[in-house]
Amino acid sequence: MKILVQSGVFDLGAEVAAMSQGRTDIGAIASFVGLARDMNEGSGVQAMTLEHYPGMTEKALATLIEEANARWTLLDVTVIHRIGRLLPGDPIVLVAVASQHRGEAFAACEFIMDYLKTRAPFWKKEETPEGERWVEARASDDAAAARWIEP
Amino acid sequence: MKLRVLYFARLRERFGVAEETLDFAGVTAADLISQLQARGSVWAEELAAGRAFRVAVNQDIVALDMALPDQAEVAIFPPVTGG
Repeated sequence: MKILVQSGVFDLGAEVAAMSQGRTDIGAIASFVGLARDMNEGSGVQAMTLEHYPGMTEKALATLIEEANARWTLLDVTVIHRIGRLLPGDPIVLVAVASQHRGEAFAACEFIMDYLKTRAPFWKKEETPEGERWVEARASDDAAAARWIEP
Repeated sequence: MKLRVLYFARLRERFGVAEETLDFAGVTAADLISQLQARGSVWAEELAAGRAFRVAVNQDIVALDMALPDQAEVAIFPPVTGG
C-alpha cells in the first residue's frame, strides 16, 4: 500500500510498473487518473489550488484503503493526490488497484475514488476570469459514495 | 478544558484564522459550534443551522453530538472537494 500527498507530478506508468515488479500473483491492475479541467460550472478555469488537512488526509486515505481491503481481495493499492497550484490538464489524483482478477480491481478503484471525493480533506479553489472561488461540494459525489453503502 | 481548533479552506479565509486554542466549558461538538456562533458576524453566518460544514475530532469526521475529549484537535471545514 502506498499513500502520497505531494505537490509534484506523478508517473502513472512508473506507479503501475512498481506494483507488479518482482511478483507474479497479480492478474489485474485498474487505475484512475483525475485531471484538472479548463471549465467548471460554466466558467473557464485558469488554474486551481488544492489545500488539504495534513495528518488527517493521510489517515482518511488509509481508512479508505482499509475499507476497500475489507470488501475485496486486493494485492496492492496506490493513492497519490497532489496539492498546491495546478493548471488545466495537470493530473490531480491517481488510484491504482492490483488484484488477482479484474472485477475486484475495477470495483475497488471506483470505490476508493468515490469515497475519496466525499471523505478525504482536500479543497479546491479555482481561478476564473470572474475571480477566485472555492469549489462547492456536489450532491452527485455524495450519491456516488452512497451507492457503496451496504444494507 | 482546552481545545485546539483548526479551520480550513473557505472557513479559514472567512474567519481570518487558521488555528486557535480555546477554553471550552461545553460537552459536545454542537456546544463548540454554539460557542463559536456566539462570536457573531461571519461566525454566526457560516456556522448557522442549515449551513454545510464538517467537524473532525482528532482527525476523524464526527457527528455533532460527539463529546469532545480534553486537548482534542477539532477541525471545522466545508464539505470536501478533492479528487
